[in-house]
Amino acid sequence: MSAFLSIEGLAATIDDNGAAKPILNGIDLEIPAGEIHAIMGPNGSGKSTLSYVLAGRDDYQVTGGSVSFQGRDLLAMEPEQRAAAGVFLAFQAPVELPGVNNANFLRTAVNAVRRARGEAEYDAVQFLKAARAAAKALSMPEDLLKRNVNVGFSGGEKKRNEVLQMAMLAPRFAILDETDSGLDIDALRIVAEGVNALRSPDFSALVITHHQRLLDYIVPDRVHVMANGRILKSGGPELAHQLEAQGYAGFLSEAA
Amino acid sequence: MNIALSRSDADKTANARGFLGRYQAIRDTLGDHGARDAAADWLSRHGLPRRTEEAWRYTDLRRLWDADRADAAAMPPAQAASMLAELTQAAGLDESWPRLVFVDGVLSAALSRRPDLVACDGLGRASEAAPDHPILALNTMLAADGASLRVADGVDAGRMLLITLGSGGGLHLRHRLVLEPGASLTLLEIAAGTGNYVNDGVIEIDVRERARLNHVRVQQDGPDSVSLSQVRVTVAGRGSYDGFNLALGAALARHEVRARLEGEYGIVHVNGAQLLSGTQIADLTSAIIHAAPHCSSRQTVKNVLTGKARGVFQGKIVVDRIAQKTDGYQMNQALLLSEEAEIDSKPELEIFADDVKCSHGATAGALDGEQLFYMRSRGVPEAAAREILVRAFLDDALGLVEDERARDVLERAVARWWDSPR
Repeated sequence: MSAFLSIEGLAATIDDNGAAKPILNGIDLEIPAGEIHAIMGPNGSGKSTLSYVLAGRDDYQVTGGSVSFQGRDLLAMEPEQRAAAGVFLAFQAPVELPGVNNANFLRTAVNAVRRARGEAEYDAVQFLKAARAAAKALSMPEDLLKRNVNVGFSGGEKKRNEVLQMAMLAPRFAILDETDSGLDIDALRIVAEGVNALRSPDFSALVITHHQRLLDYIVPDRVHVMANGRILKSGGPELAHQLEAQGYAGFLSEAA
Repeated sequence: MNIALSRSDADKTANARGFLGRYQAIRDTLGDHGARDAAADWLSRHGLPRRTEEAWRYTDLRRLWDADRADAAAMPPAQAASMLAELTQAAGLDESWPRLVFVDGVLSAALSRRPDLVACDGLGRASEAAPDHPILALNTMLAADGASLRVADGVDAGRMLLITLGSGGGLHLRHRLVLEPGASLTLLEIAAGTGNYVNDGVIEIDVRERARLNHVRVQQDGPDSVSLSQVRVTVAGRGSYDGFNLALGAALARHEVRARLEGEYGIVHVNGAQLLSGTQIADLTSAIIHAAPHCSSRQTVKNVLTGKARGVFQGKIVVDRIAQKTDGYQMNQALLLSEEAEIDSKPELEIFADDVKCSHGATAGALDGEQLFYMRSRGVPEAAAREILVRAFLDDALGLVEDERARDVLERAVARWWDSPR
């Protein structure tokens, strides 16, 4: 069986005033097609760095290991090539783009990805129809499409906008970096439904979260516990409950 | 007229010799000798400015010094016609708009379409005021053509084009525009050309009570040219001068606006954008004088700089003692797209009244790496992501142009600039 996503010995550093500070210290992770995996871990364990490195942010220096995505060397690809290949990162802190209209940006992104995938681009009418339907499914007020990207959005609106982008870009592999943070329970349910709607044998996801709560709505196939840039333990969904009960400190001292 | 120079004066002022010689050569063909001789006298005493003068510290006119200013052959009519056609198409100009077209400094009747609602009386005669500025003096001395325009009381004259095409020598156009009380006009000025020339157009504007002028300029002079434009405007009570200057062309450019608010509740906007690459230098220098209470002035100037280009902004706001309740705002921002690009920004506030609201700010920076990554991670290729961010940066300024068609002309010019090789 050829792995869908395979991370082997991934190590990365970030520049810290001229010194290379190690953040990822050898990540091994395999995510088969159609599965949703969760990563949990304390602050500073490297979860967000992992998501950025997978999406191609160049602030990080990959110092070892490899990532293969559907048989391709993911680390050799530009961020936009990764997006075209089907990788999507829902940002923990979605970026504001003043002066950039949300609908126009989304259409530019969707058509860039469709073009790269050899699919027909949406015309303005097709796009608006699809975007409105996707926004409605996420209970997003339609005026968010008319505003500038994430500018003046509430925390919950930003997260919904991320999920809207995800739905429209139709990724094969989505990374959700603390998409639950700052969401009330209703918003959490809506966002989770957005993710669950994509579930299929052709869609995999890596859900990064602090809290077990999100995993009640997006039930993972596997849960991984991360600390100090490594995966310390992997298990089924019950691992999340164990973590919730014990806390990271208790769990980590036991694991060590 | 003969100009006697002592040795020490000659050392300091010899750099205007080329232009003064040109005046001697053509003086007999020109009228209005009083103002011209006074300007020549001023230039012979002061010379062209040097960087030791504070007002010219960031903009070096050295390339104009001493140069021989002999006759240059004017552009052949066929070339002018095709340059105009190309410009009209690229800018999306409406063929029905009235226009005055000047080719190498002379009105082309064949290419112009006189407006019905604006009275045109030929050369915009220089005002009697003694010259106090090197470019004004240069223009006063040598101006041989221009337009004198007048919009009558209460008339909305719509849109009008003023087009300047250059190919060589000196283009010393002198325009005068009067908007009578309650009149309104959108004046769209476009300067374009090819070759090595100097374009030092001066326009003197009277905006009378309740009159409104939208003055939108696209400076896309040829890459080897020098562009030195001057706007001198007075605004009467409840009048409005809304200016926008888009600087794209010329090797060296300075657009200077001197605006005086002379009646209550007048409005002056001196907005602009400078998009520069290579070794281009463009300077927007303004002085807005609040000489009456309850007036407001606004300036939003954006610079997008690549290569070794340099943008200059000098913005002075003077609030006279009488000008209480003045509302002044000034913002200059620069996007530096390369390591070697530079912005020089000099705001100056001189406030003599005690009940005013005046603010200014300046920013300079590169494109935001986080924004770029965010867009790319959504599949937008890097070049397109950069363009989207630059256009968003400029939108704050371009969006201030009220006239939709004029704004469209600006946006097309920005798009062309972005698509052109740099």
